[in-house]
Amino acid sequence: MDSATISMRQMETVDSGRTISPTETPRAVLTCDDVSIYYGSFRAVNEVSMDIGLHEITALIGPSGCGKSTVLRSLNRMNDLIPGTKVTGTISYHGIDIYGKDVDPIEVRRRIGMVFQKPNPFPKSIYDNVAYGPRVTGMKVDSMDDLVEKALRGAALWGEVKDKLKQSAYGLSGGQQQRLCIARTIAVQPEIILMDEPCSALDPIATARIEDLMLELKEKYTIVIVTHNMQQAARVADRTAFFTAEAAEGNGDRTGHLVEFDLTTKIFSNPSDSRTEDYISGRFG
Amino acid sequence: MSTTMQSAGPSRQGGLRPSSAPVTLRSANPRYGEKVLLGFLMLAAAVSILTTVGIVLSLIFPAIAFFREVSIGEFLTSTSWTPRFADKNYGVLPLITGTAWTTAIALAVAIPLGLGAAIYLSEYATPRVRKIFKPVLELLAGVPSVVYGLFAVAFVGPVILKGWFGIGVGTYSVLAAGLVLGIMIIPTVASLAEDAMTAVPRSLREASYGLGSNRMRTVLRVVFPAAISGIAASIVLALSRAVGETMIVAMGAGSQARMVAAPTEEGQTMTGFIAAAALGDSVQGTTDYNTLFAVGLTLFVITLLINLVSIKLVNRFREVY
Repeated sequence: MDSATISMRQMETVDSGRTISPTETPRAVLTCDDVSIYYGSFRAVNEVSMDIGLHEITALIGPSGCGKSTVLRSLNRMNDLIPGTKVTGTISYHGIDIYGKDVDPIEVRRRIGMVFQKPNPFPKSIYDNVAYGPRVTGMKVDSMDDLVEKALRGAALWGEVKDKLKQSAYGLSGGQQQRLCIARTIAVQPEIILMDEPCSALDPIATARIEDLMLELKEKYTIVIVTHNMQQAARVADRTAFFTAEAAEGNGDRTGHLVEFDLTTKIFSNPSDSRTEDYISGRFG
Repeated sequence: MSTTMQSAGPSRQGGLRPSSAPVTLRSANPRYGEKVLLGFLMLAAAVSILTTVGIVLSLIFPAIAFFREVSIGEFLTSTSWTPRFADKNYGVLPLITGTAWTTAIALAVAIPLGLGAAIYLSEYATPRVRKIFKPVLELLAGVPSVVYGLFAVAFVGPVILKGWFGIGVGTYSVLAAGLVLGIMIIPTVASLAEDAMTAVPRSLREASYGLGSNRMRTVLRVVFPAAISGIAASIVLALSRAVGETMIVAMGAGSQARMVAAPTEEGQTMTGFIAAAALGDSVQGTTDYNTLFAVGLTLFVITLLINLVSIKLVNRFREVY
């Protein structure tokens, strides 16, 4: 399906005058080719092909059950933790198949970090939360204090927590906890950060802060975000992938697939597929 | 009130007045059944508390009578326990060393094996393996302790320790009794610790894996600390069972009350003494009779202290999620 691949297009300029930075074809850091994902015999996602561009924010949107979270979790082999999951097709990171035989999923997840829907700090101190990743991955660190500070600054949290690093992370607000989870992720210096609806448990103000943070983070990292919030995708993402689910013949199981993947401005102003247009204009989903 | 609001000034926000339909908020049904049931539930709770209080009191009064004749100092410091001999000595230390040895050996067996089994079942085993393993493990807890005792005397002592390992133990030894005691309490540790670890939210494990942690580090640094209060509870319960277990030690450890210096020696535990001496031939009110209760009270106090200390320790180290 050609809508699933990236078409060549001219550089576009948004109303605000902000120039969209992505080039036409992204410099792909992560490439999905005909990726299908199964839970047991149930095919949850069918034949997704897309490129994740370096230093871009890619948003995956679509109605519930369309498989966008499943796709996201397959990008760092998080799905391995669910027994019975199978991935076919190839997902390559810098050209290496991450499901290849001699690939260590632990190493994949160190380079491709993840931030979850509900803030899930460890029941440890703020400091220990950030230091956890470097410690367990055996990173060579000159000064853990500096690394923790850098990560917390990177997540725009340092000013709020610098005087209570030894206190429990559970004393923070939901939005602070989520930024702590982002700090914890960048502390292991991944190249890509996957975010699974990172703002769905947060209020609008905390959401705005996370979105600002994402725009800062993309200078250094590549971000893939699943979101239910279409305005969020429009605000932060360089490219947007729209997924939907259709019932397979025979039974009621719905299999998700990629409908359209393009520059965000294109998806929201002039989508090629009518289903995308229906979804973004609120006619379904 | 609503009438004044109507006439004067600004009305309440939204401009709605409460409707005045006649209502009654009284219960239509007196619900006697619920009261009867509540009475029964309170009674059930009260019975268990009163029984405990009753047991403590029945221990305390004979014990007080005992300590009128034997000083607490002698009881706690003398190293000779010969209450039924012509030359009577009432030093409880030999019995305490017996209990300490069997309990320590039992924990040395049960903690690593029990926690190992718990970690395997909660973190590594597939759901199918877990479904078979856990009931079997819990079955082990249902074996009568007299069977374990027989196992200690007939097999572990003579065959395994002496025959296979060439360790110089007699028919009775605190080592054989302790090992079997340890096997008996493995299911207690494994089952409760597994419950505690399984209860740790999946989101915490995912967070750890998402940072590039492997399974063992996730278990040791995230799951284990988060489950520590349940794990500690499992060990404390196992410890209390080991201290209080009677049949295995009465059969396997021997009946000579003496200071036990090495695990290959035989010795008598507090419970072993009570089981051996409480044969119904002691006349109520005699020192012989009261001695049993003094030892019983000692056992009770030790168990209580263990529990209190553990609670303190757990509260200090636990991570609340």
